[in-house]
Amino acid sequence: MNTTVVNTGTEGKTWGGGNQPLKSSYGKMMMWFFIVSDALTFSGFLAAYGFSRFKFIGSWPIADEVFTHFPFLHGVDAPMYYVAFMTFVLIMSSVTMVLAVDAGHHMNKAKVTFYMFLTIIGGLIFVGSQAWEWNTFIKGEYGAVQTKGGNILQFGEYQDVNGEQVFKRVAVADFAIAGHDERVQQESKTGLWFVSEETLPEFTVDEVYNGLKANSNVLVRTQIIDEHGEKTVLSRGESLKQIKDNGKLFVQGANLQVNEYGTSLFADFFFFITGFHGFHVFSGVVINIIVFFNVIIGTYEKRKSYEMVEKVGLYWHFVDLVWVFVFTFFYLV
Amino acid sequence: MADAHNLQILRGLIKFKSNTQKIWGVLILLTIVTTVEVALGIMKPESLMVSVIGMKLLNWIFIILTIVKAYYITWDFMHMRDETASLRRMVVWTAIFLICYLLYILLQEGGYIEGIYSTGHVKRDF
Repeated sequence: MNTTVVNTGTEGKTWGGGNQPLKSSYGKMMMWFFIVSDALTFSGFLAAYGFSRFKFIGSWPIADEVFTHFPFLHGVDAPMYYVAFMTFVLIMSSVTMVLAVDAGHHMNKAKVTFYMFLTIIGGLIFVGSQAWEWNTFIKGEYGAVQTKGGNILQFGEYQDVNGEQVFKRVAVADFAIAGHDERVQQESKTGLWFVSEETLPEFTVDEVYNGLKANSNVLVRTQIIDEHGEKTVLSRGESLKQIKDNGKLFVQGANLQVNEYGTSLFADFFFFITGFHGFHVFSGVVINIIVFFNVIIGTYEKRKSYEMVEKVGLYWHFVDLVWVFVFTFFYLV
Repeated sequence: MADAHNLQILRGLIKFKSNTQKIWGVLILLTIVTTVEVALGIMKPESLMVSVIGMKLLNWIFIILTIVKAYYITWDFMHMRDETASLRRMVVWTAIFLICYLLYILLQEGGYIEGIYSTGHVKRDF
């Protein structure tokens, strides 16, 4: 028995109730709303990155100089080619995903299976590439000296390239002179059990300084970006003075505390944002695998609808969408 | 909507015959845009280094091209083109308004702190 008043005069209209004004299933709509909230989370991270970047606009690391590696090509300066490749892999796996959705609309089980498989492979290649990218970033290449104020001093020399003087980076390990006073890492087993320290840096600042003094061609480059958009290179005298007066710690590679490429915030945001995105890709791959097996055992065939493929597809495209923005803000801008 | 795909992109400039064909078409478009981005990022043409509204023109181009890519991923891969206008607006405008607000607040404050640093009230060069 119906006891509520239902005569509102809007029966049969779009928002009059009793129909589906958005013409979308509950599951798909909720996936969209989840995507909106997740998009806002990522925007929060990227906006925070923008905040820190605007704060240090005159000294932020230049991405082309940080991400210059390509697997199996050692010593080749290849800025951005690898991330471009990663971007293409992710877009490609988005394409196979949307092809799987399309095959699902035609209830073509074989095709859905095939395209889902390709999508999973694409996702795995992407996650693997990101792991490689992290590894390269963490290991670092040239090493640098951190000052008392937390600034980074890098090393390099002017080389003659086609008649032009070009500043090329020099690895600290190539010129530092190892000293004799070796300090031993304090471990908990050598003293108080609750007192220990992190792994010691490979060189002390004195060793770097002695090496710099002995190699008259090596100069120091600061974080400050000049009017040509390049980092400032100090004169010989100024280089020696900076390392002597302000040098505090030799830094190799990047982690959450120090970063040889520039301000440590850059590394923090890199790990956090690409890590969070990588986690999304990983969970996307896992969900894709689950759906893939469901396709194989014919779950959706029995349901007579491949909408689940569509829903996981939405999530997968969203991951691609986020990467497009991460790519722009970390590697291009 | 499974049965009714809108097969036009670029406001009807390009019409595709099937949904599969449209997917490949959009892939080509996205690949072109990405290639342009990477090429510009490597060449960094001097003429695009002029400052426009607080940022280099090149950076504006990157951001605009990114939004173009985001549009095609959402509209064609996520089938936003085929959803009802209300669902589309609900999702897209909510995100756009909130993101614009967030960006404005954070970038404005970041710029303010940069100003404090660079006018010499805080010593950082040591």
